[in-house]
Amino acid sequence: MPNIAIKADGIVKWFGEGEARTNALKDVQLETRFGEIVYIVGPSGSGKTTLLSVLSGILRPDGGTVLSEDVDIWRLSNDELADFRLRKVGFVFQDYHLFPRLTTAENVAIPLILKRRNWDEALVEAIKYLEIVGLKGRAQLPPVKLSGGEQQRVAIARAIVSQPDILIMDEPTASLDGDTGRAIVSFVKSEFLTERRCILIVTHDARIFEFATRILHMEDGKLTAEERVTP
Amino acid sequence: MIGVLKLAYKLLVNDKAKFTALLIGITFAVFLMVVMMSLFAGVLNRASATVINIGADMWVMDPSVQTVANTIGMPDYMLDAVRSIPGVKYAVPLFSGGALVKLDSGDYQAVNVIGLDDTSLFGRPQMAEGRIEDIFAENSFIVVHDSEFAKFGNPHVGTVFELNDHRGVVVGIASVATSSLFGTPTLYTTYNRAIQYIPNPRFTISYILVEPKTPNDIPEIQKRVHALGYLALTRQQFEDRISDFYKYQTGLGMNILIMTTISFIVGLSISGQTFYTFILENLDKFGALKAIGAKSRELIFMILFQATFTALTGYGLGIGLCALLTKLAKMRLPDYASRITYTNLTLALVMVIIIVAVSSYVGVRKVLRIEPFDIFRG
Repeated sequence: MPNIAIKADGIVKWFGEGEARTNALKDVQLETRFGEIVYIVGPSGSGKTTLLSVLSGILRPDGGTVLSEDVDIWRLSNDELADFRLRKVGFVFQDYHLFPRLTTAENVAIPLILKRRNWDEALVEAIKYLEIVGLKGRAQLPPVKLSGGEQQRVAIARAIVSQPDILIMDEPTASLDGDTGRAIVSFVKSEFLTERRCILIVTHDARIFEFATRILHMEDGKLTAEERVTP
Repeated sequence: MIGVLKLAYKLLVNDKAKFTALLIGITFAVFLMVVMMSLFAGVLNRASATVINIGADMWVMDPSVQTVANTIGMPDYMLDAVRSIPGVKYAVPLFSGGALVKLDSGDYQAVNVIGLDDTSLFGRPQMAEGRIEDIFAENSFIVVHDSEFAKFGNPHVGTVFELNDHRGVVVGIASVATSSLFGTPTLYTTYNRAIQYIPNPRFTISYILVEPKTPNDIPEIQKRVHALGYLALTRQQFEDRISDFYKYQTGLGMNILIMTTISFIVGLSISGQTFYTFILENLDKFGALKAIGAKSRELIFMILFQATFTALTGYGLGIGLCALLTKLAKMRLPDYASRITYTNLTLALVMVIIIVAVSSYVGVRKVLRIEPFDIFRG
């Protein structure tokens, strides 16, 4: 059990009302371990992002449990849940959601600022992470001045700056060319993944499957198959 | 929390176009509100000019008197009666009335004449030129150098004029705290000369100015004067009575209130709408913050801080703009009656706080309702 990062059991999620009501997740069971890169793949509308949101404490399920360190995160209060996301989870959103009015360094520093770190210290730490992702020279630029790949790396720096246990990436290569996409995932694997961390990635992109430990196939709200990738 | 507020500050001010629009909205609203209220305060202050300039602690008058200008004469025995009230240190008569003056140029000019008690000259103005004692010389008058001074032909000591076929001579120029509301120059002379030069009904005392022995004697004096069928008011009470008249019986107060309310609504609409748009456009950013781990109260603090910072900056700019324009207007228009009082500033601040509260409430509701999942889903 100590090796388990997240354990989900019997997850059910409904959307909509009346006739429009749809069952997005149907009794999903899932276990991810530290040291793993787990991909969730499947067609659009199969429930991948919904599952990722439930696992990361963003979307409340209608049934089931999500355990992290033996605690059901959906039994936490709203503030405790926010704290869980801040301390345990790093997010790389599909559209990055960088703040155009802040500098790149300030964008990366946001999780540290939310963790009540001193502003200047947070910026120094953020610049260290920008250096790791190869963007130290862009620290004072607004994100809009960066290319798509660079923005993706800023989003990754922001996700890992607070050293979370779990990194969640939603379609991280969707708007990148093949080489850049592979480089990004390879970089994350080498820089972030340790025995005490895991990465969960939702993707359609078969070009990056080579980096996965396990690939979970999802269809119609269910995990239908599991594939182990041999390095 | 300082870091979170700094984040809010940067998100606000770095969006220069929105921030400027927000500031313009609040500044404009505060400017309009304060200008309206200051004009009203200025008008009310000028309406009480004689009361302020004479400076007596108590004023005895006919109960029908509503403003200092519409005097109703009191019989001479009232002066003796008031003087005999225990608690009265001294009491003197005052004449206040209008007259028509023929200037040296041949033009006629309406004036307000104040007749001071011959013995004490109680309520005399501050002399800027000439000596107060010269008021006792034949045909002597002192002209007040206020915003209406030029209408008297910019007189100097020795200027001669006619007042009801009597010769008048300017023996001094005086300065006073407040200009008159009625747009006429003010002349000071002695009480006896005033009632001699200006045609009057049988009773000639416009007001009796009273100095109580102690402030504790005021209620008893008021009671005794009331028993005589007249009204004794402290200076403040008289100013309030005049203010109330203009506020409630002339329509002036209601009109100013309507205009101030319109300014408030315009300000609220502009600022509220702009702030709401600002929140809407940043909704995904607030959602992302929520997803990353910002707590609801942190987002509320951020929005409150942004609204308060904008409002206070706009408030300061609005007040500054108002003060600047008032100063410039007074340099060009001596008659411009505007007075920025602490009450005006406080009222404008209260209205700005309401604008902030409404704008923030709408913003906070929107941000608290956003689901991080919507952001996650893109």
